[in-house]
Amino acid sequence: MEKMKQLYGKNREVSRLIIIIVLWLIFMMLTQAKKFYTGANFLTMAGQFPEYGLMALGVMLCMITGGIDLSVVGTANMASILAVFLLNGVFGTEGSMPMAFMPMIFLMAVALGIVVGSLNALLISRIKVPPILATLGVNQTLTGLCIVMTGGAAISSFPKEFSDTFSGALFGILPWRLVVFLVAAVIIWFMLERTTYGTKLRLYGTNPHVAEFSGINTNRLLFKTYISSAVCAALGGLMMLATYSSVRADYGTNYTMQSILIVVLGGVSPNGGKGKLSGVVTAIVLLKLIESGINRFRSVSTYYVTLIWGAVLLLALVLDYMGERPRKA
Amino acid sequence: MDKKVKRLLHSNEPYIFLIILVFGIAVQIKSGQFFTGNNIVDLLSALIVPGLFAIGEFLALIAGGIDVSFPALASLAAYATTKLLLDMDYEGNVVAAFAIAILIGAVFGAVNGFFIGYLNLNAMIVTLGTSSIFQGIMQGTLRAQQLSAIPPGMKNFGTTAFIVAQNRQSGITSVLPYTFLILGAVFLIIAFMLRYTIFGRGIYALGGNPISAHAAGFHVKRTKFLMYIIIGVIASMSGICRVCMMQQMHPTNMLGMEMNIIAGVVLGGVALTGGAGTMIGCMLGTFLIVMVQNSMILLGIPTTWSNVFVGLVIVAGVAISAYQSNRSAKQAGRHAKEAA
Amino acid sequence: MAQSLLKAEHIKISFGNVHALTDVSLEIQPGEIHCLAGENGCGKSTLIKIISGVYQRDGGTIEFDGKQLDKITPIDSINLGIQVIYQDFSLFPNLTVAENLALNTEVASKKQLVSWKNVRKIAEEAVSRIHFDVDLDRKVESLTVAQKQMVAISRALMFNARLIIMDEPTTALTKKEVDALFQIILQLKQQGIAILFISHKLNEVFEISERFTIFRNGELVATGNTKELDDKKFTFYMTGREFADSKFTPKKLSDAPVMELKDLTLNGSFEQVSFSLRGGEILGITGLLDSGRTELALSMFGIRPADSGQIIRGGKPVRIGNPRDAIENRIGLVPEDRLSEGLFLQRSIGDNIIISEIDRLTKGKGIYDLEKRDREIERWVKELEIKTGNPDNPVTTLSGGNQQRIVLAKWLACNLDVLILNGPTVGVDIGSKHDIHTILQKLANEGLGVIIISDDLPEVIGNCSRVLVIKSGRIVAEYSSEEVDEKKIIDAMM
Repeated sequence: MEKMKQLYGKNREVSRLIIIIVLWLIFMMLTQAKKFYTGANFLTMAGQFPEYGLMALGVMLCMITGGIDLSVVGTANMASILAVFLLNGVFGTEGSMPMAFMPMIFLMAVALGIVVGSLNALLISRIKVPPILATLGVNQTLTGLCIVMTGGAAISSFPKEFSDTFSGALFGILPWRLVVFLVAAVIIWFMLERTTYGTKLRLYGTNPHVAEFSGINTNRLLFKTYISSAVCAALGGLMMLATYSSVRADYGTNYTMQSILIVVLGGVSPNGGKGKLSGVVTAIVLLKLIESGINRFRSVSTYYVTLIWGAVLLLALVLDYMGERPRKA
Repeated sequence: MDKKVKRLLHSNEPYIFLIILVFGIAVQIKSGQFFTGNNIVDLLSALIVPGLFAIGEFLALIAGGIDVSFPALASLAAYATTKLLLDMDYEGNVVAAFAIAILIGAVFGAVNGFFIGYLNLNAMIVTLGTSSIFQGIMQGTLRAQQLSAIPPGMKNFGTTAFIVAQNRQSGITSVLPYTFLILGAVFLIIAFMLRYTIFGRGIYALGGNPISAHAAGFHVKRTKFLMYIIIGVIASMSGICRVCMMQQMHPTNMLGMEMNIIAGVVLGGVALTGGAGTMIGCMLGTFLIVMVQNSMILLGIPTTWSNVFVGLVIVAGVAISAYQSNRSAKQAGRHAKEAA
Repeated sequence: MAQSLLKAEHIKISFGNVHALTDVSLEIQPGEIHCLAGENGCGKSTLIKIISGVYQRDGGTIEFDGKQLDKITPIDSINLGIQVIYQDFSLFPNLTVAENLALNTEVASKKQLVSWKNVRKIAEEAVSRIHFDVDLDRKVESLTVAQKQMVAISRALMFNARLIIMDEPTTALTKKEVDALFQIILQLKQQGIAILFISHKLNEVFEISERFTIFRNGELVATGNTKELDDKKFTFYMTGREFADSKFTPKKLSDAPVMELKDLTLNGSFEQVSFSLRGGEILGITGLLDSGRTELALSMFGIRPADSGQIIRGGKPVRIGNPRDAIENRIGLVPEDRLSEGLFLQRSIGDNIIISEIDRLTKGKGIYDLEKRDREIERWVKELEIKTGNPDNPVTTLSGGNQQRIVLAKWLACNLDVLILNGPTVGVDIGSKHDIHTILQKLANEGLGVIIISDDLPEVIGNCSRVLVIKSGRIVAEYSSEEVDEKKIIDAMM
């Protein structure tokens, strides 16, 4: 018991989310057990969350620095559209793609991430533009370019080998999209907890000025962070391509707010300096469980999902507020 | 006099005005159509909705907060009002629409105000959450769908011309609807409030130093609470204006506007850190973005490029103003030193 | 003796289990300048907060003007004529001087509308009381610290103040500004206003105050006439310890200089600064607040790279364009403002110690060697005798002196040749100050080249083997430790 308490105290954000998850799972058990607790449903969920889950991972890194990345959706759509252009350019709209070409698509996504992330970081670190505005402007520009490239319409004729593969599952059970998410999550966990980058990132987020005086290469840190974020977003875009099997300039526009919501819910402070991967991953899972659960209720509009997300976010804030209030003023 | 000029040159507004002017002249040279009555009227009419939103955002930023929930709030208030009036077959004038929307806006604004003011929670996150909730109420509870007909009172208000301008060359007429007066009135009232009421000065004081504001005797929590109610009211009015002018209600097409509005306000010299900025600057910045969005055709650029240009304007604008404020901060340090 | 203005006796207060004040008393006569001194955490600020109504006392009596006061609220305190000027001045940087002065009155008047004519009138009246000449339309953020302080004083005077409490008012002022402040304090005294002046700078206490009170660990240790106080007694009252006067003589001077500056110039701040530093010596650089001394420190450390001139390490000119260059060249800087430049306050003691050497605590390729990290932290906590139960605690849990040791530890961990300290003991109490000086002397004797930049003359004279005086951006004098005294330095820097 004592140990449980300690664990709860140490990981308050995560523990709280897990409690909410358990309550929700019990609720679903009592009401929609047959529809919700099916293998197929869990597989679907596991296949769907990686697209915004990946974006949330990137936003998390940026928010730990005290910044934010609002360009994730623009980057994601740009990645998927570029992938389609690449495929159509090389193999033609009716052609087929050999599996050996697969890495090229990922390489392209990573390259895009590096370009976009560097641009964000350049504006933020060198020109000292507030991150919210820099990434907002970049997002707008990227979205604009996506519209120009696609003429605003959806493109769905291109070689489908990529999207077919990634909408499927490894050994028929582990969705490929989940695999990509897990790989990214493990890499980010390693960066945060097992390399000096994590310590530097959190210290920078606590106080950038002191970081400068301590000899941290703050510019390099910001480049690394915003590039990681953009690469995650670009991978998220590829996952979207797999899900929809088509591309459009305005897919996933909700994902910006959604990923910020996830990150905050996961216990990352928007003022920077604080945040753990475990919290964010738990928040991603929670949101997906709620969304999917609500969809099981025929009579409830799917639009209630956003309402519940907002309510959960406010609830987490209020719980935090009650927990942190000093006893004696 | 000399001091005043110096102060002016240190502020953002003249530069934004200059950029607007240069841009206008560029469009004029390219198309010969910028400084025509109908184009100006079109731009002013396009400014109405973003302008109202910008005033609300301006208040939030001045007090050191932020609001990203206003598009959802405006959509919800406007949808609920329009739907209600339609269901009632209401034939009267637009006053009822504004009255209902304002009431709804005040209630939802109060929700923001309660969390941000009384519980002192982070404004960005709270409004992110309430934005989600407002959307959920609109699309889930109210099952909002596009309303292609709107009550006659609103329709009249949105189409009756306040100013008509005709372009002699092309013969196109442009109409500035009466909704423009709403923008004008809100602008004047809020400007008066900020300058001449204790409440308004409290908003500035709050953005400058919240702890001292409390010590100076301001009711900090109440000020924030009331301010978010006012923001909610302004947003809901903006929503009604939009519906009146579009002659239809589309529940989702205002969503996503928040970021461009914030960008416009910041371009106008309003600090994200609170306390600094003027209403004029806020309007100029918003106008700049509206102008870029609406000048694509005159420039002969396909409208698909509009987002790219707005994005570039935001990036360039904020980069220049960030560069400038860095430089002036350094200079201020030097001046302070010389004075010492 | 006349009736005292304020008489607080046997005040007690505790927070949870911590007794912040166990038994303190303070008596202030009308129109006197009284100095309250004590080390950090002695309870000075707590007592002020009780007097101004922020905290409620648990025991003891307070009389003001002969009247017994049971419970004091902040409003009561203001109505009695008590005004506190805190170190941050509680001003609104984004508002004009006039508005800052008039805002409280305007709010208190319960009117809903602002009359700008009235604001101006109030402001003009306020500044005229201390003949403070300032552009009322300027924003407060563009004023100097001294001007801001004058605004705060002017504002305090508007409430028929009878007692003004100033919390360490001289910390960020130049010598000239301190003199001007003292003139104002004397003027206020003539108007019959009592001043409670909080400071732990000995010379100021002697210069300005008539009577003094000293607290230690929440208890009253001494009170009396300043005339009866001397240097030794003051230190003893403050710390409960006695310190021998000492001068530092280097024991292990290197033959070659570890660092040389040749005509180093930062436009607008300092020009053609040249000197050389040998390993094992402590070089003092002193000058007024605006002499360019801080910029010099920042340039040597790469925060504000010099425009021209050379920094030479080990005989070779090196380029120092940012702090990383400096650290690579084994130069470290303990910055002026420990709280905003030196420490990640909310982070752990451990992280603060290792952050600058973090790139060496790896198993290669940036992979963190956590064992090595823990060993380093343990080593430095021990070496610098940092008093903490757990290095995972945030730095905020430590006292000022211990915090400063962490900043030192951070740099020592980097294996430096040159350590520059800008105002190393500002805001540090006397006991810790002495300890820090001992550490610096020990380090020098182990071969480190130390530069102390400070305007605390006893500190410079007592610790440095050589003193440079900087004035308006130029080095104007150099003294060896044998020939140096306070008068010579003051003459040179004015």
